[in-house]
Amino acid sequence: MATIITITSGKGGVGKTTTSASIASGLAMRGFKTAVIDFDVGLRNLDLIMGCERRVVYDFVNVIQGDANLHQALIKDKNCDNLFVLPASQTRDKDALTEEGVEKILKELEHQGFDYIVCDSPAGIEHGAVMALTFADEAIVVTNPEVSSVRDSDRILGIIQSKSRRAIEGREPVKEHLLVTRYSPKRAHEGEMLTYTDIQELLRIPLLGVIPESEAVLHASNQGVPAIHQKDTPVADAYLDAIGRFLGETHPLRFVDHEKPGLLKRLFGGK
Amino acid sequence: MSWLSHIFGEKKATASVAKERLQLIIARERVGLSGPDFLPDLQKDLVAVISKYVKINPEDIKVGLEKQGNFEVIEVNIVLPEMR
Ligand SMILES: Nc1ncnc2c1ncn2[C@@H]1O[C@H](COP(=O)(O)OP(=O)(O)O)[C@@H](O)[C@H]1O
Ligand SMILES: [Mg+2]
Repeated sequence: MATIITITSGKGGVGKTTTSASIASGLAMRGFKTAVIDFDVGLRNLDLIMGCERRVVYDFVNVIQGDANLHQALIKDKNCDNLFVLPASQTRDKDALTEEGVEKILKELEHQGFDYIVCDSPAGIEHGAVMALTFADEAIVVTNPEVSSVRDSDRILGIIQSKSRRAIEGREPVKEHLLVTRYSPKRAHEGEMLTYTDIQELLRIPLLGVIPESEAVLHASNQGVPAIHQKDTPVADAYLDAIGRFLGETHPLRFVDHEKPGLLKRLFGGK
Repeated sequence: MSWLSHIFGEKKATASVAKERLQLIIARERVGLSGPDFLPDLQKDLVAVISKYVKINPEDIKVGLEKQGNFEVIEVNIVLPEMR
């Protein structure tokens, strides 16, 4: 059985694609055969973050419409042997993603022995986002410590609870996880930003992890290498911890507490 | 910002305001997802009832959700026409 994980948020720019790339890579690093699908039809970006943009020939919509088979469209990741990327179409409109088409492809991936299928959702609560969560078994709700992101996350949770297949068919509900990203312990400590506990209290779903705000993410995307591969950076370690928790392990939260810099450091600057 | 507050890191702590606002709006939207948003209808009904007794403008009745401590309350404001 393949497990379908949807990375969603409602709001754009919160770190869904960054998270999809790192979570998919992390699962593959643990030995699971993993596919990551870009559902952002028209605004393909996962290929860039995964660093496979020059190898895209066929896309998700080509496969749905029968212009190519899945085998032709899947791109093997350069860092992990058992990771494959299915890029979004750049030219079609979102309606090209039909429910039957998406279901067919997910079934086929399952037949091919994939353990995990990670769906990178587009922003919004429209068709594309709904397609990305319709078949979810688990959902990772990516949230920034900021009012509009938290509100949108709550809306998307409502949609998961009403429009997913699991909800419609009255099966066991989609398992929801909260991933707080772009977290700044210092600003949270100073009361400038919501803390991760505030967010969890508001959304009331289990916390999968807290990913700190970090320049490492920009470097990773510049190079087309998922952030989880930026060895020994807090971002990579936080994603590795989140993968572990996803797989049922316990890891204490790291990189969430602010250590006050000494007076001299504050006087003479430095970050 | 003065150099003193720069050194001692005095910043506006607005996160608690954010949290309070979110608690309210999320609670309200959660209700809205399982049924229609009833506030506009409530407003209309109130106008109808009160009009039976006093002459008022529909805009003089305002309804909204408020939070008092741990409770969410429906706040209704009715401006009566000036008596002469
Ligand atoms: N932990 C982080 N620290 C710093 N920047 C981040 C972090 N996560 C994401 N970003 C940046 O935020 C922007 C949006 O990220 P992206 O993953 O594309 O979001 P989405 O897919 O939700 O629109 C990108 O520029 C990305 O580099
Ligand atoms: Mg994206």
